[in-house]
Amino acid sequence: MKKVNWFVVLAGAAVGLAAVLLTFLGNPANMGFCIACFLRDIAGACGLHSAAPVQYVRPEIIGLVLGAFVMSVAAKEFRAKAGSSPAVRFVLGALVMIGALVFLGCPLRMVLRLAGGDLNALTALLGFTAGIFIGTRFLNKGFSLRRAYDACAAEGTVLTAVLTGLGVLFMLAPALFKMSEKGPGSMHAPVLASFGMALIVGALAQKSRLCMAGGIRDGILFQDFKLLYGFIAIFAVTLAGNLILGSFKLGFHSQPVSHSAHLWNFLGMVIVGWGSVLLGGCPLRQLILAGSGNGDSAVTVFGMMAGAAIAHNFGLAGSADSVNEAGQYVVGGIQTNGQMAVLIALAALLVISLVHLPKKEH
Amino acid sequence: MVDARGLLCPMPVMMVRKEVLATAPAVLEVLVDDPCAVENISRFAASQGYSVAVSEQGNDVKLELTKQ
Repeated sequence: MKKVNWFVVLAGAAVGLAAVLLTFLGNPANMGFCIACFLRDIAGACGLHSAAPVQYVRPEIIGLVLGAFVMSVAAKEFRAKAGSSPAVRFVLGALVMIGALVFLGCPLRMVLRLAGGDLNALTALLGFTAGIFIGTRFLNKGFSLRRAYDACAAEGTVLTAVLTGLGVLFMLAPALFKMSEKGPGSMHAPVLASFGMALIVGALAQKSRLCMAGGIRDGILFQDFKLLYGFIAIFAVTLAGNLILGSFKLGFHSQPVSHSAHLWNFLGMVIVGWGSVLLGGCPLRQLILAGSGNGDSAVTVFGMMAGAAIAHNFGLAGSADSVNEAGQYVVGGIQTNGQMAVLIALAALLVISLVHLPKKEH
Repeated sequence: MVDARGLLCPMPVMMVRKEVLATAPAVLEVLVDDPCAVENISRFAASQGYSVAVSEQGNDVKLELTKQ
C-alpha cells in the first residue's frame, strides 16, 4: 500500500502543468481548471442563470469528458451503467456545487489556489478534509446509494454527446450563447488550447482514477495514499509554475477570485467533501466517470449545473474580496441567503446520509 | 463470495475489508464490474497478506483472494 503509483503522479503533474499554461494563456488566476466554476460558466452561457460576469462555454469541460470517453473506449473500460439513486445524486450534485461556489472553487481549484499562495484555500482544505471524514463515518456504517445496472449505450454516452453538441454549436453559432464581457467569464485561454489540454488531462484522469476526494478518503479508510500522490503532484507542479511565472502571492488578502470569510470557506468545503464521498468522487471524477459510461455521474453533473443556477439566481455564491472607492479593503464572502443555504445543505447531507444507512434487523 | 457488481469505489473494497476483518477467510471470491475496484481490491488484499488471481467472467471480473 505504501508504493508510489507513478502514473497517478504523472497524471497529477500533467494537470498542474496544464493549469499553469491555461492561466498563462488567459484563464483567470489560479483557475487553470475549476470544475465548479467552469460548469457554472456553461450554465450561465446557456442562460440558466443571469450572472453576467460568469458566462462562457468552457472548452475544458468538453475536453475532459471527451478525453475520458476516448480513453475508456480505447482501454475497453467504457461500460454504460445507471440506476444507482439518480435523483439523490442530482440533489447531491447541486449541493456540492452550492458548497463549492460559496468557497469559489472545486477541490481541484482549491489545490491550484493553494499553489498560488492563497491561504484561504488552506481553510478550505481543512473543511474539505473534515467533510470527507464525516462522509467516511457514514461509509463505515454502511451508507450506500445502491447498485447501478447495465444500461444501453445511449445512457452511457449522454453527457459526452450533449457536451460535444454544445461544443459544435459554440463553434458554429457562438451568438446563441451569453458571453461575459468582463469578470472571470471573459477571461479564457484560446479555445483549441483549452480543449486540447483538457482532452489529454481527461484521458490521463480516466486512466489514473485521479480524484481529489478519493485521495483523502482512501487515506482515512484504508491508509491507501495512491490518489493522494496525484493531489500532491498537482500542487507541486503548479507551485513551481507559479514561482517561475512570478504569480505566487502568499497571504489571505487580495487573492484572485477569492474571499477571506474563513468560516464560510470552511463550511462550503465541508459540504463539498461530504457530498463527494457520498457520490463516490469529486466533481472532476464525476466528469470522468460520466465520460466512461456512468449515467449516474452524468445526472450528477446535470445536478451540479442546476446547483450553479440556483447559487447565482438566489444569491448564494461567494463574492470575492475587493477594494472600495475609498480604498478600503472589503472582505467578501456570502450574504444571509448563502449562509442559510450552507446550513440547509449540511442538514440535507445529514438526512441523505442517514436514510441510506442499512436498516437495523430486529 | 462478495458480489460488488454495480458498485463504485470505495464500496467494493469496503465490502471486501468487512469480510476479511470479520472472518479472515483463507480464500475469498469477489465479483466486480468496475476496473477501479479491481485495482483497489488488489492493493488492499496485498496489504492484508493475500495473493490475487484476476479472471474475466463475461462482462464482470472475478478476483480470487488467497491467504499467503
